[in-house]
Amino acid sequence: MEHKNLNLTLKIWRQKNSKEAGNFVSYKVSDISADMSFLEMIDVLNEHLINAGDEPVAFDHDCREGICGMCSMYINGRAHGPWQGTTTCQLHMRAFNDGETITIEPWRAKGFPVIKDLTVDRTAFDRIIASGGFVSVNTGNAKDANNIPVPKDDADKAFAAAACIGCGACVAACKNASAMLFVSAKVSQLALLPQGQIERETRVLNMVSQMDAEGFGSCTNTGACEAECPKEISIENIARLNREYFMANLKKKDYL
Amino acid sequence: MSKLNSKIPEGPLETKWTKYKSTVPLVNPANKRSIEVIVVGSGLAGASAAASLAELGYKVKCFCFQDSPRRAHSIAAQGGINAAKNYQNDGDSVFRLFYDTVKGGDYRAREANVYRLADVSANIIDQCVAQGVPFAREYGGYLSNRSFGGTQVQRTFYAAGQTGQQLLLGAYSALERQVGLGTVKMYSRHEMLEIVMIDGKARGIIARDLISGKLERHFGHAVLLCTGGYGNVFFLSTNAMGSNVTAAWKAHKQGAFFGNPCFTQIHPTCIPVSGDHQSKLTLMSESLRNDGRIWVPKQKDDKRKANEIPEEERDYYLERRYPAFGNLVPRDVASRAAKERCDAGYGVGTSKMAVYLDYAAAIERYGNVQANKLNLHNPSKEKIIELGKEVVKEKYGNLFDMYAKITGENPYETPMRIYPAVHYTMGGLWVDYELMTTVPGLYALGEANFSDHGANRLGASALMQGLADGYFVIPYTIGSYLSQDIRTKAIPTDHEAFVSAEKKVQDQLDRLMNIKGTKSVDHFHKKLGKIMWDKCGMARNEQGLKEAVAEIRTLREEFWNDVRIPGLQNEFNLELEKAGRVADFLELGELMCMDALNRKESCGGHFREESQTEDGEAKRDDDNFAYVAAWENKGNNNWELHKEELNFEIVHPSQRSYK
Repeated sequence: MEHKNLNLTLKIWRQKNSKEAGNFVSYKVSDISADMSFLEMIDVLNEHLINAGDEPVAFDHDCREGICGMCSMYINGRAHGPWQGTTTCQLHMRAFNDGETITIEPWRAKGFPVIKDLTVDRTAFDRIIASGGFVSVNTGNAKDANNIPVPKDDADKAFAAAACIGCGACVAACKNASAMLFVSAKVSQLALLPQGQIERETRVLNMVSQMDAEGFGSCTNTGACEAECPKEISIENIARLNREYFMANLKKKDYL
Repeated sequence: MSKLNSKIPEGPLETKWTKYKSTVPLVNPANKRSIEVIVVGSGLAGASAAASLAELGYKVKCFCFQDSPRRAHSIAAQGGINAAKNYQNDGDSVFRLFYDTVKGGDYRAREANVYRLADVSANIIDQCVAQGVPFAREYGGYLSNRSFGGTQVQRTFYAAGQTGQQLLLGAYSALERQVGLGTVKMYSRHEMLEIVMIDGKARGIIARDLISGKLERHFGHAVLLCTGGYGNVFFLSTNAMGSNVTAAWKAHKQGAFFGNPCFTQIHPTCIPVSGDHQSKLTLMSESLRNDGRIWVPKQKDDKRKANEIPEEERDYYLERRYPAFGNLVPRDVASRAAKERCDAGYGVGTSKMAVYLDYAAAIERYGNVQANKLNLHNPSKEKIIELGKEVVKEKYGNLFDMYAKITGENPYETPMRIYPAVHYTMGGLWVDYELMTTVPGLYALGEANFSDHGANRLGASALMQGLADGYFVIPYTIGSYLSQDIRTKAIPTDHEAFVSAEKKVQDQLDRLMNIKGTKSVDHFHKKLGKIMWDKCGMARNEQGLKEAVAEIRTLREEFWNDVRIPGLQNEFNLELEKAGRVADFLELGELMCMDALNRKESCGGHFREESQTEDGEAKRDDDNFAYVAAWENKGNNNWELHKEELNFEIVHPSQRSYK
C-alpha cells in the first residue's frame, strides 16, 4: 500500500447563518495521510481551528459509509468531488496531489438554503416524498409477500432507482438546480412495481407539483445530475418520469 | 421483592402473543384522535412506530437529530432481514427462528419476547413488499433468500447489500405519507435532551432545535424512545457519527432501568483501522461470510503478499475450529477467533491486526456454475474467473466498491483485510413485554431497548426487531397503557414540570458552554473510546475493568473542567451537540464496566477471561447469571442492581457449540 502525506490549501465557504452573507476563507493543512477520507481531513482542520480558538467548519455528515446521504460538499466545482459514483465521505485523500488548492462549497440551489457554512436545508426533499412518494398501505393490510411476483428485471430496475440516497447532488450539479433525477428515481421505482400501480398517476402529478412549488428548476437534459450522482442513478429515470407525467395528464379524470 | 415485572402473559409460549392481542384493552377511534404520542428517533423502529400509530389515529410527533428522518443509521444495515417464511422449503419455521435466536443470544434473552419476534417476522416481509421495497428476486419473480451466521436455513431477505436502506426508505415513505396527511408532525434537526415527568409518568420531552439552538417543550401522553444503540461510547465503531445514548441516558436518569449495558456486539468483518485519523469504522456485511473464506498464514509474521502464499500454508481457522458452521459461526465466535489469531502473531497487513477474507474460491465456484448455465463447454480458466466475478459483483458489488474506495485495493484480485469492530449494543433500556420501561408511559423500541438478542445478536435480526417493535408490537401494547389515559387532557407546557425540566437542560448547556477549557470534545471522546476498547472490548477481566472505572472517572472530571466548545449556545453548534453526547457516554461507560465486572461469566459478546473452557470458548454460568442485569440510577454515578430471572421453559440452555 502506498503511503504519502499531503500539504494542502483549502478554500472553504464560511457563512454564519442563513441571513448573513458568506465568503471564502483559506486554510492550510499539512501532513494529511492519503488514507484519510475527505471528511477526516476536515476533522483534522476543525481540530486545529478549535485548538486555535476559532470556530470549526460546520458540515453535514453522519454514516460516513456512503449511504445516509447526509454529506454534501461541492469540491473543486463538483458535487461530492472528483471520484465517480462516490459520496464525499467515501472520497479519500489519495484523489488529491501534494500542494493542491481545494475549493469547498455548500450545495447551491434556491431549494436548499444555506444553514451555516457547508450545511444546507434539504427538507424540500422530504416534502416531495410526503406529497406522493409512497404506496398507501397501512400496517397490517399486506397479504403474503410471494402473492406479488415481480419480474426480476423490473425488480432490479426498481432497486437501481430506489438506491437514491436523497443527498441532493443532482440538484447541486444542475445548472438549473432541477430536482428531476431525485423525483424520477422515486416515481420510477414505484411505477415499475405492481404495488405502485394504483396510485401511479396521482403520485407523479403530486410529486412534480410539489417539486415545482419548492423552487427547483426545470430539466434541460444536460445530464450533469447523472454524471455527479454518487449512486449513479440513471437519467433514463427522467425519461420515465416525463412519460409518466405525460400519461397521467392525459388520463386525468377532469379532462374526460 | 424485585421491582421488575416483565408482564409476560400466561399460557403456552406459542399462544401468548395471540392471546395478548385478543385481550389487550383498546382505545376507541374517537379517543385516539385526542391522544398524543411522541416518538424520538426515525430509524426502522421510530419511523415504523410513528407511521403505524398515526394510521391508527393517534396524534404523533416524531423527532430526529439528522436533517431528514431518512438518514437514521438503520439505513446503513447491509446484509438482510430474517423471517420465518420457509419459502426455500428447507425446514424453517417460527420455532426454528425463535430457537436460533435464543441460542444465538447465548440464553440471555426472554423466551416470550423472542417467540413473538419470530412470530411477526413473516408479517414484516409482507408489509415491506406491499410498500414497494425492492427485495432481491429470482427469475420466476419470487423473493430470494440467503443464509447468515448462526443458522442452517436460508431465511434472510435482502436487497443487494443495502437492505437497511431499502427497509428504512419503506418505513420513511410510510412516515412521510402520514406527515403529508397531517397526522404526524416531523421535527428534524431536533435533539431530545430531557424527559418530562408528571405524577411519576412520562408526559413529554424537552428538545433542542439544533438550527436555532432554542429549547422547546412538547407534551405527549406517552413517549417512545427509538434512538438506537450506544456503540459510539467506543469512539470508533460502525455507528454513524451522530449515533448517541443521550435520549436513553436522560430516561435512565429519570428512573428507567438500563438492561445488560455490557452486552456489546463486536462485528467480525470490518475494514481495519488505518491510522490515528480514523473517525469511524466501516462494516463489510456478514453476508460476505457466505461465500468468502477467512484465513491467516500458518507461519507467524508472514511478510509475503496474500496471493503468494500457497494453499497449504493457509490456516482457514474458522473451518478448522468449527467444521459444522465454518465461516458462518455467530459473530461473537468469529470475532474472538480473529483476535486470538492476531494476538498470537498471525495477523496480516501493516498493522498485523487483520485477517484475510478471500473470494477466490467463490469466484471460481460461481464461474463454473455460470458457465454451465450459459452452456459453455470447456471454458478457459480466465473465462470462468471473468464469469465468477460478474456473479460476485451482482451479489456484493457495492460492498466490494466500498472496500476499494477506502483501502485503495481491489478485492476482486486480492483478499480483503478485515478485523472486528464495535457494531451493535444488545444492552439498552430495560423494557417489559409491552416494551414499556420502568417509567410509566415511557417506551423503548429497537436497538434502544435490551430485549430480544440476549448476549449476542444474530445477523439480519436487528432489522427484524426494529420493524417488529414498530409495526407489529407497539401498536397493540401501547393500548394497554393509553386505554387507561383517555381522560387525561393534553397538559399545557407551562406546567411546572416542563418549566423545571427545561431549566435543567438549560443549566447543563450553560455549564458546558462556560467551561471554556483547552481541549476539543473529540479529544475526550477518543480517550474514552480507547479505555473502553482496551478494557471493556472483546475480552474483559476484573483488573482491567476496575482500572477502566477509575480512568473513566478521572477523564469525566477532566472533561467537565477542560472541554472547549467554540461558538454560541443559541445557534447551529455541532461541537455543543457532540459535547452533550460525550458527557453522557462518560457516564454510560462507567456503568458498562460495572455491569461487565458484575457478570463474572462469559456469554455471547461478553467474554470474561476468567471464565473460559479449556479450548478458549466462552463459558457461561447459568447457576449464577441466568438473569437480566437491570441497573437503577441512584444519582451521582451510583447504581443499584436489580435482577430479572430468566426462565427457560422450551429451549434448555446448553453449552453453545458450533463445532
